[in-house]
Amino acid sequence: MVVDEAESRSGVRSRGKLWKEMLGPALVLTRREVKDSLRDWRIIVPILLLVTVFPFLANFAAARGLAFVNQYGARLLMERLFPFLMLVVGFFPSTFSLVIALETFVGEKERRSLEPLLATPFTDLQLYIGKLLASTIPPVLASYFGMVFYVLLLGFTVNWWPTFSLFAVGVVLATAQALVMVSAAVIVSAQSTSVRAANLLASFIIIPMAFLLQAEAALLLMGHYGSLWLLALALVVVNVLLLRMGVTVFNREHLLGREVDRIDFKGAWRTFWQAFWPRRGLGSLYLREIPGLIRAIGPEILFTLLVVFGGGVFVGVWGAAQFPLPLEVMDLSVLGDLESLEQAVETAGILPKFSTLAIFSNNVRSLILGGLLALFSLGTLAELLLLAPVAIIAYIAMLVPRLGIDPWGMLVAGVLPHGVFELSAAVLATAQAMRMGVIILRSPEKGGGVLGIVRELGHFVKLFIFLVLPFLLAAAWIEAEISTRLTIGFLSGL
Amino acid sequence: MIEIEGLTKQFEAILAVDQVNLKVAPGEVLALLGPNGAGKTTTVRMLSAILKPTAGRASVAGFDTVRDSLEVRRNVGVLTEAPGLYKRMSGHEYLDFFGEVRGLSKSKRRERILHLADWFRMADVLDRRLGEYSKGMMQKIALMRTLLHDPPVLLLDEPTSAMDPESARLVRDTILQMRDSQRSVIVCTHNLPEAEELADRIAVIRQGRIVVDGTPDELKLRLLGAPLMEVRFSRSSQNGVVKVVSQFVEVAASGDLWLRYRTGKPEEINPVVLRALLDAGLPVLSLSEVPRSLESVYLRVVSGEA
Repeated sequence: MVVDEAESRSGVRSRGKLWKEMLGPALVLTRREVKDSLRDWRIIVPILLLVTVFPFLANFAAARGLAFVNQYGARLLMERLFPFLMLVVGFFPSTFSLVIALETFVGEKERRSLEPLLATPFTDLQLYIGKLLASTIPPVLASYFGMVFYVLLLGFTVNWWPTFSLFAVGVVLATAQALVMVSAAVIVSAQSTSVRAANLLASFIIIPMAFLLQAEAALLLMGHYGSLWLLALALVVVNVLLLRMGVTVFNREHLLGREVDRIDFKGAWRTFWQAFWPRRGLGSLYLREIPGLIRAIGPEILFTLLVVFGGGVFVGVWGAAQFPLPLEVMDLSVLGDLESLEQAVETAGILPKFSTLAIFSNNVRSLILGGLLALFSLGTLAELLLLAPVAIIAYIAMLVPRLGIDPWGMLVAGVLPHGVFELSAAVLATAQAMRMGVIILRSPEKGGGVLGIVRELGHFVKLFIFLVLPFLLAAAWIEAEISTRLTIGFLSGL
Repeated sequence: MIEIEGLTKQFEAILAVDQVNLKVAPGEVLALLGPNGAGKTTTVRMLSAILKPTAGRASVAGFDTVRDSLEVRRNVGVLTEAPGLYKRMSGHEYLDFFGEVRGLSKSKRRERILHLADWFRMADVLDRRLGEYSKGMMQKIALMRTLLHDPPVLLLDEPTSAMDPESARLVRDTILQMRDSQRSVIVCTHNLPEAEELADRIAVIRQGRIVVDGTPDELKLRLLGAPLMEVRFSRSSQNGVVKVVSQFVEVAASGDLWLRYRTGKPEEINPVVLRALLDAGLPVLSLSEVPRSLESVYLRVVSGEA
């Protein structure tokens, strides 16, 4: 027992020593880089302006806005905007983490000051941690400062104070956003050899961040402050993934192995063609190649099923409980015959006409859009695009019992016949789109990089043309000709 | 000590270094010569454990460059092709940072920085920002960074580039001093007189392969033939001279006041020739080897003639 305790204590000590040995040199690098950033007026002046002048402006706008809406008794409107402005005040300085990260990783490579550093006894992990912290700490501290300054100003001028939870989630979001940008910048830097190329590739980071900010704005304006924690949790998960991939791609070999950005169009086309074109005729395509592709994306299929069905059903059920439609707008008379149903659909303007071609082209468009969006969002937007219709179906299924309709019967009659084909095709296409989106996180040695994306694009097109399209065509015909009639039959038989 | 066996590096379709074998003993300077893109920098990067070889192995200061990469980097001083300085830092801050990274104590760092600044005559400018330095001063700071931890192995890529003659002399003296204190040194350079002055051995790399390796004299003998000797006279006596010398060696060329012959054994032939000329009463002014530059050797090698 005594021995165990001693061993355990020495284990703790040695772990502590190991941690110090690992982190110590990384912090030396962090200190140098932070000092260097603070000496660059191109970084320091905008940050200073953003954390001093911008909170003043935000506070001024908030106070004026409040005075204006108070005239109409709409104080709530501005109270929803106050926390959003707090997040914006925190977000802008944190975006500098992206600028600093691109500069410190690829900029140093371009100025050729990286090689002397690589020749020192730093491990790859120490270099990564040192630079990651150096890119994150100054902008995040600036964010905190800006947010505190804004909140204090607002508190003293209009007497609005955020709850502790709201302020804490703002701090967590600002930190997580900065870390996401930095860790993504490492991956971008590893794919490029010049600041210019890295800046161009940074759109892969900026576009999802813009979507994120919009989502935050929507949640704040709707007053769903609690949901911001879910968003923060999602960001932490993304961070863990990006950090893990960053550790993989940030190595000496990678950083100095490539000297020029070279777009190998021939190689890219060869890779695409090899991935896309069937190797030994149609028999082999359907018996070997496509089953092989489906097996390869097994984890993505599982993830998609979990997110789309688990998440979709959850959102639908939650939506039906939170925002149920009033009974009077649920007019079932339109479902009496096919003509009235088609008329209603046309008037609504949000669903395709009940013809095979219209349904087919609508589904094809959606899945192609999902594929494209996946490229810019690490696959997440493709998942969300498929989650939406599942959530709508779940939402309707939760509401129809109030009209005396059996939801299971409606699902079996109206969704199942074509859904077998349509959902299978959609899940496969979305899973492959997900694979295409996340492959950028892998190093070229492990099948990632630009050629990895091209290869997965080839697989996406192959799966789409040879499997998804026939399934969608069958589904569209069944939906237009069978499901609609079955639904009407089911409803009129009530 | 540096030992390289079959070292190879492949970048996708490019074979940058191909089966390189070399040895550099303690107290030896090896000049690695070759045209741009021949594989010198890639070899140095593999020796400093920055890049991993695709095949083969290298041992530096007794450590394997792949297995013990951290130890290799601790024991090597690398002067990179470009100085690669942080221009917003002062010279002192820069050196202090690298000293700290290499685990030197604060007092040791201060001592080494002062010593090197004094040696390289940089003490007066160490507090200035590196961005204000001239190219030569930057190169000196980079060299100070390389020597800061007093490594047993030095890998120097173009150590005197951009330097004025006085500074270049200082750097060459430093390298010779390092050799005398039993360091193993590899110098990559395009400056052939410098290589000739510094190197105990010369290796020429072309398209990733070592094509020749030896001492400067061995290479000259192998590639340019036997040394050419020249006798000079104070007054004209051509016919008698040729007659006397021809008894021992074949005369390569002669003029009014001079005569040239080739010999692979100058230490045996020259005294005999000289004695015979003096015995014949000929007015000998001097006997010396006609200088043959390393450049001629190098050009023959890289053009593929050798």
